[in-house]
Order: sequence, then C-alpha cells, then structure tokens
Amino acid sequence: MHMTAATLGLATATFLASAVEFVEAFTIVLAMGLSRSWLAALTGTAAALLALTAVTAVAGVALIQWVSESVLQLVIGTLLLLFGLQWLRTAILRAGGLATLHDERAAFRAEQEAARLAGHQVRLGLDWIAFVVSFKGVFLEGLEVVFIVITFGLSATRYNPHGLLVASGSAVLAGLLVVVVGVIARRPLSAVPENTMKYAVGLLLTSFGTFWAVEGLGYFGSGESLTWPGQDWAILGLVVGGLGLSRLAVAGLRRTSETPRIAG
Amino acid sequence: MRLLVSFLRFWYDFIVGDAWEIAAGIVAVLGIGAGLLRTDGVDRAFIPLVVALGVGLVLGGSLLAEVRRRRRAGR
Repeated sequence: MHMTAATLGLATATFLASAVEFVEAFTIVLAMGLSRSWLAALTGTAAALLALTAVTAVAGVALIQWVSESVLQLVIGTLLLLFGLQWLRTAILRAGGLATLHDERAAFRAEQEAARLAGHQVRLGLDWIAFVVSFKGVFLEGLEVVFIVITFGLSATRYNPHGLLVASGSAVLAGLLVVVVGVIARRPLSAVPENTMKYAVGLLLTSFGTFWAVEGLGYFGSGESLTWPGQDWAILGLVVGGLGLSRLAVAGLRRTSETPRIAG
Repeated sequence: MRLLVSFLRFWYDFIVGDAWEIAAGIVAVLGIGAGLLRTDGVDRAFIPLVVALGVGLVLGGSLLAEVRRRRRAGR
C-alpha cells in the first residue's frame, strides 16, 4: 500500500480525533464499571459498538452507492466543517483562558457521583443505569468517530484506494491504544493533552470540511465538483490560514481574559 | 411524539451543539457560495476564496459572541 503524505496526514488526523473521543468514552465506562457493574458497563459498550458498526455499514453503503460525488462532498464536507469549527472554537476558548480545560479526573468524579445517586434498576439481569449510560457514552462519542472515519476515509480514496481502510485502521488503533493504556493505568486518562489534540483535529476537520464543502457546491452549478485554485494544495493553505487565524484569536482572548491558561 | 422530539433533539445537539451561530453561519456562507455559482459573470476561482473567508468570519463571530455572552453573564 503506497502511503502518500496526504494519506499519512489523514491517518494521523483520524487517529488523534478518534483518540480524543475514545478517552472520553473510556472515562464514562470506567466510572460505570467501578461504581456500579462491570458486566452492565461492558455489555453497554459492546451493544454500542454493534450499533455503530451497523450505522457505519448502512451509511457507508448508502453514501457510496446512491449519492453523487458532489452531493457527498457537500453533505459530508458541511458536517465535517460544523464539527471542526465546534472543536476549534472550544479549543481556542480553552487556550485563551475563557473556558476551563477538560479534566478527565473531574469528568470521572462527576460520572461516579451521578452513578452513586442514581437509583437501582435491574432489566435483562443487568444494572440498567450502568448499561444505558455506557451505551450512550460509547455510541455518542463513537458516532463522531464514524463520521470522521467515513469522511476522511472517502477523502483519502483520492490518493489511496485503501483510504477507508487506512482511516478505519487508524481509529481502531486509537481505540485499542486507549483501552490498553487505560486498563494498565486503571484510572481516567487525564495526562492526555486533550486540548492540544482537539485544537489540531479541529483545525484539520475545518480545513478538510471547507475544502470538501466548496467542491460539493459544484452540485448547484454544472453538477460537477468545483475545483480549488491550486487544487489539493489549497488544503495546506487552509490549514496554515486557519492556524494563523486561531493563534490570533487565542492571543486576543488571552488579553481579554483574567486568568490566562496554556493549551494542553 | 416524545420519541420524535428526543430523536430530533439528539441530532440538533449532535450537529448544532452549543453554538448555533456556527451552524447558521456555515449554512449562510455555503448559500452565498451556491448563489455566486449560479450568478453570471462570477469567476468560479473566486468562490472558494469567498467561502474560506466566510468560514473564518463565522469562527471569529462565534468567538466574539461567546466573549459578549460571558461579559453579560458577569463572569
């Protein structure tokens, strides 16, 4: 398999984005497992993974078989752009000192406290609260991973016919790494530089999302995808432009905030 | 009905999140791009630049809105 710089970039972005989501999902499952029931927490996780596999298969087949390239680029590019801007906005606000950094230990304590206060309900022989919370946590975090894998994967197929495989492999690798490190550590993975990762991934998602959404706008013209000046090199321009703009925003926010913090 | 509301709320939270102005801004920017594409005499090479600039403005606008929200809340 020929690995170009673009494919490597997409694999890295998928890996980082997936790792951030998996760390958050891991915290929820760990809290439910430790405070309520490991059987219910792991069954909820397995059920969520099954549901995600089904969604990926259905969405993947539907997108590839029934949707034209420009519509696919427009819809997926727009979604990617929305996720990317939300991530970038959050990361900028945190780095600029206007929002507190995400703290996995605090999130873990909050989940444990909620689990402790929730009533006891048994369904299908399982602690239902632990099952539902684990299911929802893994499914919601995983759904973002699915979107990222599909978009980055399909995008990478331009450079590499195995693009979807590379993106899926990167996400699986990130998931395995989080689980292995988490099981060894047996505590929330608070040492992960979540904001820096979120910043980088937000920047990449925004850049690829803008690139794709603009190409997809061609649907409203001749139906053919619109072409960027400089073609694929425009992605690099978008990343550099986005980085410059976001650093300016962080500097501006730090000046206005009372307690500057460092991204991490 | 409750199921439908929950379903719609899930997708709203998932796609729009806590900064509605980003979603509204992106739809507006892409709408402008699509409009320019259907306008005679507009150079197609110009459209990606307009959209990219618009995306930057949406992000900047959302950050400014957040700063104002926090100031109003007396942070």
